[in-house]
Amino acid sequence: MSESAFLLPDLDDNEALAFWEGCAAGELRVQRCVRCEWVAHPPRPMCPQCQSTAREWIATSGRGTIWSYVVAHPPLLAAYSALAPYNVIVVELDDPPAVRFVGNLVTSADGEINEIDPHSIAIGEPVRVAFASIGGVALPRWVRA
Amino acid sequence: MSATSNTAIVGIGQTEFGKGLAASELSLACQAIALALEDAGIAPGEVDGLASFTLEPFREVEVARSVGLGDITFFSQVGYGGGAACGVVGQAALAVATGQCNVAVAWRARKRSSAASRPWAQVNSRISDNGQWSRVFGLLRPVDEIAMLTRRYMYEYGATRDHLANVAIAARKHANRNPNAMMYDKPLSREQYMDARWISEPLCLFDNCLETDGGLAVVITSVDRARDLAQRPAVVHSFAQGLPRQHQTMTNFFTADPLRGPAWATADKLWANADVGPADVKVAQLYDAFSPLIILSLEGYGFCARGEGGPFTDDGAIELGGRLPVNTAGAGMSEAYVHGFNLVLEGVRQIRGTSTAQVVGADVSLVTSGEGVPTSALVLTEDR
Repeated sequence: MSESAFLLPDLDDNEALAFWEGCAAGELRVQRCVRCEWVAHPPRPMCPQCQSTAREWIATSGRGTIWSYVVAHPPLLAAYSALAPYNVIVVELDDPPAVRFVGNLVTSADGEINEIDPHSIAIGEPVRVAFASIGGVALPRWVRA
Repeated sequence: MSATSNTAIVGIGQTEFGKGLAASELSLACQAIALALEDAGIAPGEVDGLASFTLEPFREVEVARSVGLGDITFFSQVGYGGGAACGVVGQAALAVATGQCNVAVAWRARKRSSAASRPWAQVNSRISDNGQWSRVFGLLRPVDEIAMLTRRYMYEYGATRDHLANVAIAARKHANRNPNAMMYDKPLSREQYMDARWISEPLCLFDNCLETDGGLAVVITSVDRARDLAQRPAVVHSFAQGLPRQHQTMTNFFTADPLRGPAWATADKLWANADVGPADVKVAQLYDAFSPLIILSLEGYGFCARGEGGPFTDDGAIELGGRLPVNTAGAGMSEAYVHGFNLVLEGVRQIRGTSTAQVVGADVSLVTSGEGVPTSALVLTEDR
């Protein structure tokens, strides 16, 4: 996989850099308010509960269930079209509750996003995070738990 | 009585719809505005208010000096693509209602060939905005984002592809009566729908809107002035915008209740501002970039309870002659996709009595903009 073919997070100028550094360290992180401990994902500069700007990143369990999924078919950007049909899932974490991540279901950390029969995927399936290296960036993927 | 209810849409204009039209977007906008002013019987030099989409690839000054508009004392733009159409019309109406201008024009011109019209295809391979929480994982297009919500909706409420097909087929039947519609001469059967190729499962080709070039415009002035003009006025009885708390545009997967989208917040204000309610609506133009948005909008604007939007579409209920005819010119899925501005014009035609799928006694006409993004809606009524 060439680095430019896929969309990847910008690691040079990114207020969520700590999330991607967490992935490289094998942790799925979420942003939390230092003052009231309210968890926000996606991250933001201020806590919507208490208006504190003191933010921190904490590791999650990386376990959850499939909340929804799609199977993408062309027309797509070229690199993705080559993999289609592939799955994209939304995972709801067990803890913290009600935090959701978009990702892909794979059989192993470095598996392709099109290797699972999409019609075998079910809402409610338990999954756990795994980290793939794509174009030199650690991305969270999900495997069946 | 709402602030806008002393204003009315008094002129409508649209160019031809097509693919690969030769005219520029600026030219299409100018043509649509000139046609709307001619329809209203108002001279261009009288226009002193403008409202448009942030997606427009040119600025108001280009339109004003090309069409020969007067001194402009109000100009605004609304963002969020398909959520904007009723917003620009409503802001123009508010400007007239509050005396910031006397004659306002709102428009949308779009070419599918324009890069600016298809933001998802603007590839910057390194992402630091909210796309890093979705696009990085191959959730690339608006259809993928709405398909994700649709799958969850089907799981929670038992909605089926037959319900989505009801939406697509109703729009197509209405377009088959509308000679200006892109799909005027192309019927759509349930079999064709079920056999269509997937775009993003659970959504197929016919769950998607068209891609269209075209320009549309409306003219808004006071109801007092409207009574001296050529056309039957469509009173802007109520107007609302809605950007609900904790919402994230399109990828709204992160809130406590993602299936309760911007329609609900918009509807609360829309009906609070109105002397009428959902039960009074005779015809509705519901924004339809994707078929499931109709089902969500039926719930959000109060036509049925949550989870009942799918069955609501059964038995021809949203077709002409049904209990709530929806998208009577074919809308984005079968007339033209111009970010929902064509829905505003059809809402006006229903009040005028000039639709090609005219609802008898259509004295209250609802128009909505995009569900799934910060949005807007209008209740249009007869002058009474």
